[in-house]
Amino acid sequence: MSKPWTRTVIRHGILIMGTLIMVLPLWIALMSSTHTPETLFKEGLQFFPGGFGWETYKAILGGNDDLSTPAWRMLWNSLVLGLGFAIGKIIISTIAAYALVYFRFPLATPLFWMIFATLLLPLEVRIIPSYEVVAQLELLNSYAGLIIPLIASATGTFFFRQFYRSVPGELMEAARMDGAGPVRFFIDILLPLSSTMLAAIFIIMFVVGWNQYLWPLLMTTDTDYYTVVIGIRQMFQTINEGGDLPQFNIAFGLTILATIPPVLVVVIFQRMFIKGLVETEK
Amino acid sequence: MEDAFGLSSEFVGLRNFTDVLEDPEYVSTVLFTLFFSALVTFFSLSLALLLAVQVNEVLTGAGVYKTFLMWAYAIAPPAAGLVGSLLFSPLMGDLYNGINALGFDFNHTRDGSDAIFVVVLISVWKQLSINFIFFLSGLQGIPASVQEAARIDCPGSIKRFWTVTFPLLAPTTFFLLVINTTYAFFETFGVIDLTTRGGPAGSTTTLVYKIYQDGFLGADLGGSAAQSVILMLFVICLTIIQFRYVDKKVHY
Repeated sequence: MSKPWTRTVIRHGILIMGTLIMVLPLWIALMSSTHTPETLFKEGLQFFPGGFGWETYKAILGGNDDLSTPAWRMLWNSLVLGLGFAIGKIIISTIAAYALVYFRFPLATPLFWMIFATLLLPLEVRIIPSYEVVAQLELLNSYAGLIIPLIASATGTFFFRQFYRSVPGELMEAARMDGAGPVRFFIDILLPLSSTMLAAIFIIMFVVGWNQYLWPLLMTTDTDYYTVVIGIRQMFQTINEGGDLPQFNIAFGLTILATIPPVLVVVIFQRMFIKGLVETEK
Repeated sequence: MEDAFGLSSEFVGLRNFTDVLEDPEYVSTVLFTLFFSALVTFFSLSLALLLAVQVNEVLTGAGVYKTFLMWAYAIAPPAAGLVGSLLFSPLMGDLYNGINALGFDFNHTRDGSDAIFVVVLISVWKQLSINFIFFLSGLQGIPASVQEAARIDCPGSIKRFWTVTFPLLAPTTFFLLVINTTYAFFETFGVIDLTTRGGPAGSTTTLVYKIYQDGFLGADLGGSAAQSVILMLFVICLTIIQFRYVDKKVHY
């Protein structure tokens, strides 16, 4: 059997390798974005900072021939999508779960199964009908059309249903004795009880919303509504079409800009994020 | 079925389905999707497990490793795809020339299996974080008393892992199998669209990518919808498996 310290060294070796693999691609992207497209074209990928970063990011944010929309506009759209998706999802799923757990009403069982059935229909399966509906409601190229179809899924509802069921019934009785109605109970007792989970789910949903790809791709033909992820796709097309000198620095820089906000959120709220992820998906 | 201008549609019963199922291209897409998800699931799970076990055992720096290993979760699949395709791109050249200098005839835009390699690599990279997070929390959920007892009974660390730790992680692993299959089916769309676009010659087209191609680029709404229904049946199977497992876990 090997000595403990050799084992420790091997462990660290494996971990450092793993960390490098996870970090290097982004590091290269960040460093390459600070070089001129000519350097990148001639010398390939860059591992150390260059002097062109300011110009790159100014061109990305302020507008550039290769980008139909300035990146600040796309970042804003992504932010709207991420926040709207997270908030909408939380509102819908908490209210629906509240109704399912605490109220007896006609058709409760069929409604439950209908909500359940949405689990079987990820957006990819229902893109064509969803697209038709949104097109006929004339919501193409609007924030509402971008966000609402994405919210329609029951994952959050199920989680909150589970959580509300674990809340002891005595609490509700006590609240009723004190004269709290259903709305009062929901807002003053249930929501504060679940605040940690609300925050955790909010973080996850924000990241998921920000990174949406297929739906915005179909939905947004008006460049004013492009999210930054769609901007990345556009950049990819421009590069592959060839023609002029490919603006690699812009492509790398845009990727970095698209990546920073969700990564920051995840790293800053790491503990909450892990808790939310592990507990909701189980 | 619709005519070319979408002016009339005709009821064709199950013909869209038989058309789809008899299409050799569709069959090869199904096979590729299964092959692809098996590869992605296997590699991302085993690498993530390896890393999670190491982080769980080291005393110093665990927090730092953890942060760096999990952050890729937040990266959008298309962003990973773009960086990946630039890294391997013949235009940029470093990795491209490097691999070719090793004697491989590598070009992911022309050769089917090279394209599969690139797509699998990026998808695994992207999925590593989430698997890592789940494995690590699974490992940390194993009670210290169990670990100690195992250490006394079974001094070899590798044997101890396979006989004690791994079976205890079985629920996590099973759950991750389902999650990863779903990921490989659906979320890799962004990766594929920004690296190979299903090509060359359809060699990296997954089921979702084909729905998108046929329905939105090829305007074959009927065929695309039929594919959606087939895909839905698959999702239903996965969900049933998943819920069965949730039931079992209660008794675990």
